[in-house]
Amino acid sequence: MSPQVHNLQELRRSASLATKVFIQRDYSDGTICQFQTKFPPELDSRIERQLFEETVKTLNGFYAEAEKIGGSSYLEGCLACATAYFIFLCMETHYEKVLKKISRYIQEQNEKIFAPRGLLLTDPVERGMRVIEISIYEDRCSSGSSSGGGGGAGAR
Amino acid sequence: MNRMRNPPAFGRRRVFSSCPYLAVKITPAIPAVAGILFFFVMGTLLRTSFSDPGVLPRATPDEAADLERQIDIANGTSSGGYRPPPRTKEVIINGQTVKLKYCFTCKIFRPPRASHCSLCDNCVERFDHHCPWVGNCVGKRNYRFFYMFILSLSFLTVFIFAFVLTHVILRSQQTGFLNALKDSPASVLEAVVCFFSVWSIVGLSGFHTYLISSNQTTNEDIKGSWSNKRGKENYNPYSYGNIFTNCCVALCGPISPSLIDRRGYIQPDTPQPAAPSNSITMYGATQSQSDMCDQDQCIQSTKFVLQAAATPLLQSEPSLTSDELHLPGKPGLGTPCASLTLGPPTPPASMPNLAEAALADMMPRKDEHMGHQFLTPDEAPSPPRLLAAGSPLAHSRTMHVLGLASQDSLHEDSVRGLVKLSSV
Repeated sequence: MSPQVHNLQELRRSASLATKVFIQRDYSDGTICQFQTKFPPELDSRIERQLFEETVKTLNGFYAEAEKIGGSSYLEGCLACATAYFIFLCMETHYEKVLKKISRYIQEQNEKIFAPRGLLLTDPVERGMRVIEISIYEDRCSSGSSSGGGGGAGAR
Repeated sequence: MNRMRNPPAFGRRRVFSSCPYLAVKITPAIPAVAGILFFFVMGTLLRTSFSDPGVLPRATPDEAADLERQIDIANGTSSGGYRPPPRTKEVIINGQTVKLKYCFTCKIFRPPRASHCSLCDNCVERFDHHCPWVGNCVGKRNYRFFYMFILSLSFLTVFIFAFVLTHVILRSQQTGFLNALKDSPASVLEAVVCFFSVWSIVGLSGFHTYLISSNQTTNEDIKGSWSNKRGKENYNPYSYGNIFTNCCVALCGPISPSLIDRRGYIQPDTPQPAAPSNSITMYGATQSQSDMCDQDQCIQSTKFVLQAAATPLLQSEPSLTSDELHLPGKPGLGTPCASLTLGPPTPPASMPNLAEAALADMMPRKDEHMGHQFLTPDEAPSPPRLLAAGSPLAHSRTMHVLGLASQDSLHEDSVRGLVKLSSV
């Protein structure tokens, strides 16, 4: 594994997509959005278990925060109802704010941790909150024979 | 004193006499309040109709392939003839065992409380019911609007009913009952409509109030999923314990943003051949096909189809075609096909999937059957899902193809490609 930090564009250009791993949802707490922290075997040689679990747990924490029911969410709901939901033309919901935080976090994680290991996390919101998609890239061999679908992974 | 002020026209005075009469006789607040309630009702109705109920987008081809692989591994590789059990997963939520079903149309395991609506042809989170009056499913994201709609509508109908009666009574005190009815014939109609509406709408509001306070969906209540009749230990794992919290969460809880892009243009999907169960490398190799342009993909995938048609596949034709014929009617099948211009893909909504439940039962059998027929390594490398459209094509049953194609956007390219080829 190269010690240098690849930036994401470089990763896509120089590597080709080998496979994708999907982290499914964990419904044991009900319908709230949580992902399984079980470590997938395909990532065994690519990333440390600890780092992976930490990432997933942080994401779970963010989603729990987004869906948290309490005083502030009730207030937002009642205010929205009172203004006939026009208030959402001016401000965004708490959930949307947290989703933005999540995408920033994922971007950061990709740059710092996953890209150097030839992995790419896709934001679950792009997959309908069903899965966390982790694309595994392999370095292209020097003959450059493969046509490399590097950019294809995130866009699907 | 009975006469209306400035009656604009004879007809109008006769018909809409309640409002001016009551405004003059009692207070102008009455039509004002009715107007406010009416606008509130219309607002909530439109909001319920036009908001996304919580549709779950369909799985991408990669996800679907991965799930299929995992299911095959879980079931063990089976030899031909043995049908694997239906695809369900069990999960324990708050001490209750809940079964998650696999949706064959959306190719996902449905989250708890989600259900596939056959009219909308989508899986919807926290599916309550599909309301024909509103023209939309009622699910997680628009349940509160629906509830506010029926609640405000019940207030409105009770209000109108009460004041129509008041109007008729006041008039009949002056001119006698029959004359009062003759003077305002609309009142009779209004009273009758309101009377029946009150019973139905108020009843519905009461029912939904009960559902909200116990945190159940209509679906669960009808099936009796959490009723005590099923067993003493059966309780609702989603309930928060007290009525107040349940109501607050349902009505004032956070709304998740929509997961679907309702304004985007449909992109033709690149048909991903499903990976054979065992090797990941094969899967990786077929990825390179995704880089081909659409035209090539059409031709490539239709080549698969035609190759498959030439293989022993044809032996199983009779059973497959009989399966095709038994597929639930799709009464609209004839007309859309006749008028179908094969440019833009037909949106699923235009094909009423009226018997989706039956279809969902048929599909597993068909898929498994075909899966076992064709996923032997020596067969032509035909993707089973394309074959779902492929085998009828072998008989040039384009009608069935088009019917199936519209269910799964993966098929669209192959259909278009094949029709281009056949038209040459």
